[in-house]
Amino acid sequence: MGKFQLITKGLVKENPTFVLLLGMCPTLATTTSAINGMSMGLATMFVLVLSNMAISAVAPVVPDKVRIPAYIVIIATFVTVLQFLMQAYTPAIYETLGLFIPLIVVNCIVLGRAEAFANKNSVVDSACDGLGIGLGFTVSLTILGTVREILGSGSVFGWKFISGDGILAFVLAPGAFLVLAYLIVLFRKITAKK
Amino acid sequence: MEYVFIIISAIFVNNILLSQFMGICPFLGVSNKLSTAVGMSGAVCFVITLSTLVTYLLQVYVLDPLHIGFMQTISFILVIAALVQMVEIVLKKVSPALYQALGIFLPLITTNCAVLGVALMVVTKEFSFGGTEPHMLNLGESVVFAFATSLGFGLAMILFAGLREQLSLNKVPKPFKGIPIALVTASILAMAFMGFAGLV
Repeated sequence: MGKFQLITKGLVKENPTFVLLLGMCPTLATTTSAINGMSMGLATMFVLVLSNMAISAVAPVVPDKVRIPAYIVIIATFVTVLQFLMQAYTPAIYETLGLFIPLIVVNCIVLGRAEAFANKNSVVDSACDGLGIGLGFTVSLTILGTVREILGSGSVFGWKFISGDGILAFVLAPGAFLVLAYLIVLFRKITAKK
Repeated sequence: MEYVFIIISAIFVNNILLSQFMGICPFLGVSNKLSTAVGMSGAVCFVITLSTLVTYLLQVYVLDPLHIGFMQTISFILVIAALVQMVEIVLKKVSPALYQALGIFLPLITTNCAVLGVALMVVTKEFSFGGTEPHMLNLGESVVFAFATSLGFGLAMILFAGLREQLSLNKVPKPFKGIPIALVTASILAMAFMGFAGLV
């Protein structure tokens, strides 16, 4: 598979949110607005690319039996780095995303890519794979966040186009489940036609 | 009295699954059958309570005095992973029946974000229950909070599994098959739980 294909497969064919249905917790919890969804996606992409690279580099020397704990430690290290970076440069976003930044450690997408791709491919390929899946995750979260923001507060990326409030339920928990359900259905409809 | 508020708040008002979105993977993954949902809830209940106790002590007696708070994420996930492994070994020896029942769910719990989520929540967030001043939880409150949270997890999980068992008998439009219809169901369940808002 070429590098370009590695990067673009995450968008449609192996889209982590709509096809593989991985990483549902941050998907549902942080997409109250388009900006929040996009930040969460980018934060996950950061960890995904770096941990994929590190894991593919150390995979040949890690004994098979302890590979999962080893991968988790590597991922947790990059998550800690990300926490410090965000605290320093984007404290407001760090506040809003809150617990879900440290929880990237247990995001199944990250460990899933380590197991399924990074530990048997080269460093460069793994970086591309991380970038692609991360990109797919970011785009999906941004779409989900945009839809919820339009319905829930009547704005797009913070720009308000109606006066007054939107349908509050879409910002709260029920809206998250509902919008994700309909987006998956829509995604299935569109890809089935091709 | 405060413990009652903690319990009601953690089970109903701030339900870990339906209002905080932690542990959604097992919620969607193993809720096809009521019996597996009960098994999963039992295992989660066990691990959340135990791991919160250990990570709380770790934070207060090791990380804080040594000023190595930055090791929080790494050390907590390692503690949880080790604990899950240990629980598995102990259960196998002490109660083979319980091990049989929980067996396959135990290894999955390490990557259940509800476990790490609760452990981090009790040491980083300030809580206020029943109109008290926001404060950090002490050890007793943390453990009660963790246990109640896992009961909330179990409640939502078992309700959802019951609904999905019924749902599997119905005709569902093709694109909705599987996860989407489950998510719609979860949405309605979350709406019901919204009714508890403002209770505590």
